[in-house]
Amino acid sequence: MPYRAEHPNRAPSSDALRARIPGWGADLDAAQRPSWPMETTAPERTGAHWDFPERQHDHGRRERSIEHETLPPVFGTAQPLHGVSGVIRRTAYRRFGEGKNVRWLLLVLGDRVEAVGAHLRSLATLRPDNPITQTGVLSEVRRHPVRSRRGHGRVDLRHAWLDPLIVAGPWLLGVGVVVSLLTRGRRHG
Amino acid sequence: MRAMTYRGPYKVRVENKPEPKIEHPNDAIVRVTRAAICGSDLHLYHGLIPDTRIGHTFGHEIVGVVEEVGSSVTSLSRGDRVMVPFNISCGSCYFCARGLLSNCHNVNPNATAIGGIYGYSHSAGGYDGGQAELVRVPFADVGPSIIPEWLGDDDALMLTDAFSTGYFGAQLGEIAERETVLVLGAGPVGLAAARSAWFMGAGRVIVVDHLDYRLEKARSFAYAETVAIRDHRDIVVEMKRLTDGLGADVVIDAVGAEADGSALQHITSAKLKLQGGSPVALNWAIDSARKGGRVAVLGAYGPLPSAIRFGDAMNKGLTIRANQAPVKRQWPRLLEHIRNDDVHPGELLTHRIPLEHIAEGYHMFSAKLDDCIKPAIITGME
Repeated sequence: MPYRAEHPNRAPSSDALRARIPGWGADLDAAQRPSWPMETTAPERTGAHWDFPERQHDHGRRERSIEHETLPPVFGTAQPLHGVSGVIRRTAYRRFGEGKNVRWLLLVLGDRVEAVGAHLRSLATLRPDNPITQTGVLSEVRRHPVRSRRGHGRVDLRHAWLDPLIVAGPWLLGVGVVVSLLTRGRRHG
Repeated sequence: MRAMTYRGPYKVRVENKPEPKIEHPNDAIVRVTRAAICGSDLHLYHGLIPDTRIGHTFGHEIVGVVEEVGSSVTSLSRGDRVMVPFNISCGSCYFCARGLLSNCHNVNPNATAIGGIYGYSHSAGGYDGGQAELVRVPFADVGPSIIPEWLGDDDALMLTDAFSTGYFGAQLGEIAERETVLVLGAGPVGLAAARSAWFMGAGRVIVVDHLDYRLEKARSFAYAETVAIRDHRDIVVEMKRLTDGLGADVVIDAVGAEADGSALQHITSAKLKLQGGSPVALNWAIDSARKGGRVAVLGAYGPLPSAIRFGDAMNKGLTIRANQAPVKRQWPRLLEHIRNDDVHPGELLTHRIPLEHIAEGYHMFSAKLDDCIKPAIITGME
């Protein structure tokens, strides 16, 4: 116990460990550890053959954090901002620094707004969203659903029942609201 | 091309997308032969990471063959078999020049706190990822490396993130000879960290998880002592008991945002998104470390605040180190370890899923079915 100065070390000897475990102690010398120290004082050869990278073509609409002075020279071009979710996200990027919770909460809101819009739009396509195939639940049959969950000491089973509610809940709520409005409308009509 | 696309929380599908183009002279286009689903992809899949857009293709663990290179690429040619680190790095900014390749300042317009990561939302730069037939690889002279002929695709794939991250975490812990190392989480990164702790000369390695099959892997792959969460009312008290009241010299959090062990914390973070991540593992790490000890954080957390017991960290005089792994820095030494038969990271891959069935792969990995530890995604070409 640490009430006295001795280290209560139950570890086997170094020789015993070296004999039992492949590679034991190979990186004991810090010089063998590639990320120690994490920040190097002598710059490494990174492969860059430029002082500053050439700039990728910018169409002028790419959103950026207000903590960047300018658009970085290289950036992702996947899924440009669009629609209502785009307005929400652009507001988050234009108005709030990265230390503000409201910035991130707006981005989460943008995610949810875009998801609802995408689901609704998909209903008007030849390939509407399909919660059965897209959630992958069909794999349950082939992946030992009972054996995987029973007798493994899983603590996540206490809340796993919430997952279907998270996926289907907002839709069920939406259907409930629509039905309720229609019923009320008929009653008053 | 065929590509996995995000359709909202818990929903993905494969659809036809336009092929990626060279957008910068140092870009390459890589034809993916295999990718992996990372535990951190599940944070995206569960809708936990802000600015994850509909249609986004995930996947930051990528092995493939170079299809096309931009005009300024000098280190790669069409047909080269390459592994791609999950970090996108320019190699020349203030941070890259100091070895912080995961903290590049020139690749992510959307945030300065995080660098660029393939397929990891617009919060990480808005790059489509590698769970697709083709992927755009920026800074081809800095990131990807040609895979040595003797190295198999499975080992190479595990070096692109999971094993390199675990190895990096063991270094963050600054492990000294015969010290006790506690690893929270027996997923691929935790198993890699536990295995790597021995390279640093650890005296004991203890792994905590709630899944029996993963604890079995911790014993067989990482030679670790194991503790099952369900067997103990208070994990921290058990860690103190196992270390004669001292606490672990080094604790590695290899869980991150969706940690279990407290239903309240898990539900408020992973389900209701009211926190940036469940703080259970990080709080256990802080409370299980000995006074003056070190905590290494590998688990990914979102940008919103989490309820961290920081007072304990301060009062115990802990050193907390954290970062996304600068993957490419790990490769030369890890290749030596593999060549010496010290370790074969590919042993952590448990499932191979065709790209067309990726929704099932995500569900299996997320729901922890079929003793899944790490699924690889196989595209049409191999």
